[in-house]
Amino acid sequence: VETLVFGISIQTLAYLIPALPLIGALSNGAATLIARRRGKMAPKPFVTFMGVGTPLLAFAITLFLFTVIQSSGNPIVTKSLFTWIEVGDLSVPVSLLLDQLSVVMTLVITGVGSLIHIYSVGYMNHDKSYDRYFTYLNLFLFSMLILVLGNNLPLMFIGWEGVGLCSYLLIGFWFEDPAKASAGKKAFVVNRIGDFGFLLAMFLLYVTLSGHGIDMRAGSLNFSTLEAHQQLLAPIATVACLLLFVGAAGKSAQIPLYVWLPDAMAGPTPVSALIHAATMVTAGVYMIARLNFLYLLSPEAMMVVATVGAITALFAATMGLAQNDIKKILAYSTISQLGYMFLAVGVGAFSAGIFHVVTHAFFKACLFLGAGSVIHGLHEEQNIWKMGGLRRKMPVTFLTFLLAVAAIVGIVPFAGFFSKDEILFQTFIRGHKVLWAMGFATAGITAFYMCRLFALTFFGTSRMHPKVEEKVHESPISMTFPLLILGILSLVGGWVGIPEALKGHNYFHHWLQPILGAGHIVDMSEHAHGTELILAMASFLWVFHIGLLAIILYSQKLSWVDRLVFHFNGIYRTIQNKYYIDEIYNLIFIKPIHWLSRNILWKFGDEQIIDGLMVNGSAKTAGLVGRLLSLFQTGWTQHYALFLAVGTLALIAYFIL
Amino acid sequence: MMTITLNHYLIVAAILLSLGILGVLFRRNALIVFMSIELMLNAGNLVLVAFSRHFGEMDGQVLAFFIIALAAAEVSIGLAIIVSLFRQKGSIDINSVSLMKG
Repeated sequence: VETLVFGISIQTLAYLIPALPLIGALSNGAATLIARRRGKMAPKPFVTFMGVGTPLLAFAITLFLFTVIQSSGNPIVTKSLFTWIEVGDLSVPVSLLLDQLSVVMTLVITGVGSLIHIYSVGYMNHDKSYDRYFTYLNLFLFSMLILVLGNNLPLMFIGWEGVGLCSYLLIGFWFEDPAKASAGKKAFVVNRIGDFGFLLAMFLLYVTLSGHGIDMRAGSLNFSTLEAHQQLLAPIATVACLLLFVGAAGKSAQIPLYVWLPDAMAGPTPVSALIHAATMVTAGVYMIARLNFLYLLSPEAMMVVATVGAITALFAATMGLAQNDIKKILAYSTISQLGYMFLAVGVGAFSAGIFHVVTHAFFKACLFLGAGSVIHGLHEEQNIWKMGGLRRKMPVTFLTFLLAVAAIVGIVPFAGFFSKDEILFQTFIRGHKVLWAMGFATAGITAFYMCRLFALTFFGTSRMHPKVEEKVHESPISMTFPLLILGILSLVGGWVGIPEALKGHNYFHHWLQPILGAGHIVDMSEHAHGTELILAMASFLWVFHIGLLAIILYSQKLSWVDRLVFHFNGIYRTIQNKYYIDEIYNLIFIKPIHWLSRNILWKFGDEQIIDGLMVNGSAKTAGLVGRLLSLFQTGWTQHYALFLAVGTLALIAYFIL
Repeated sequence: MMTITLNHYLIVAAILLSLGILGVLFRRNALIVFMSIELMLNAGNLVLVAFSRHFGEMDGQVLAFFIIALAAAEVSIGLAIIVSLFRQKGSIDINSVSLMKG
């Protein structure tokens, strides 16, 4: 017997979660199109109502379904809405899967998403494309929810592509500026490389299962089908996992495909917060956690994931040290934190990875929205060297930024402390000492550059232009309200996962146990608790002192900084130029491809072969033959008669002889 | 005294036909071309009549009458064309008629 809520079944409610943002996107999109025809903007109240209302309602439904799953302990798998693809034994139904893992992600997406939608109302208030903005933002939420809730890989892939599209649309939102438009293009192209890996992995999984001739009518690439037949997949697990990881590296900005994320900061700041910090970029981590049974079959692939994650974390953190654009610093910090998450899932601590996804969504969204508030207040100034002393002028932004910085640095008892130390501890206890050391070093560097950013923005004396300074103002309530909520979450968000070693219960870990339990190490003895405690203490003291040092340096002793930079000028320049990676990629990949495209494919292949030989060539051949044949058409009757006679004679000769 | 066999008739007919063809192909005067066509028709008649006599059947001779009638009709139309041509061009040289050339 189905449970009914206000006459609506649980199944329908589950479908409503992604459907609501889709309705928002469609209605706002239609309103935008209609209004543009008349050269106007869609009515703002309507856009705001649909744009903000639908995610909020989706969040409410998710909260309710969360309690349903909590009380029953069973995942909600919806009946197939329709069969999307049915060819041979390939069958792809459209159905949703709400289990402990995806409901957590859905809560984050709709919850943080709603807050960012509210924030956008203030931030984008004066934009002339307010309506288009909300259309894209809702479409993004829809795609992201499909990605997370899809019950099979192809459906996840649809979401995967959808968020990529929306990311492209929103990075290039102000497409009148060619730099911003090309940043969107860069994100799209780099993601395409990753998506290719994802596609190949799906093909491989399907072909393998199909080759064994098992019954796949329920859905060939359903997660449950894959899990049920994981032993058949064991021989190809390494290849499949690595291909999937290529996809994850593209979407989640890991080495070597991270280069698009810093450029993605060209989009509006709430977009950076929602897509390029809180949700979309964590899709890779989610995908690996979702397919944990597959990854566990291949220790080699997991080692690759963990190593790439750790290297990315360290590498991106160092790049954050010398950036001057407030959003760029946060972008490198995001790449670095994503590296942590991959480190976690790579060593098999899936729940720790997802835990960091959640806390990171809180504090990084808060940081980005705080940065947006600062940028908004300073009228589009993003250079931290042209800020300073903002704590009195923007008290709410300052306070919430403080909470979020404390969280990302890893101060007890803020959210980031628990999730980051869970990752470091799990890495250590599973014997990856080198990776742990890299993670530990990253934590220190993170503390340094985040506190540098914080001090340069809010402490010290103002370095603003006097004209800018007198107009600085705190942001409106629609922006400060989400900041406050996210600030509080940055503080308390980690409390759901306080480990036993710190006298907590690690609710989060136990919640995900039914889905991610396979990768869990049972060794939770007193000895392990002791290790965890020591590690946590060490990392806390490490980040605390480094953070303090950075704050003092950058708020009081700027002359020391100058001297340091002067001494280590070479290193400083290298870091500031991001190790010249963009330039190297340009030289190794883009230039040769350009050359190949231009000289071989275009000048030779297109112009010579296709245009020259095939298109014009066939026309020329026909023309030539025509010209030759037309020589016979003299117009003189006697010539025709002659040909007739010769032809007849030839025929007669042929038949007689 | 040599007897005249079927072959002789046929050879004469072939010579007539060849003369007609050459006339049609190489003479410029439309009237001559016309007369050449008549030569060819009569070569055909000769063959028909020769075979008719050779096999002792009357079909060929009947056919020859048809061809004579046809030739008469054809000549009347052809001459009309030539007259009309002369009125248009002031000559009956068939090379002056090459309007078919595109």
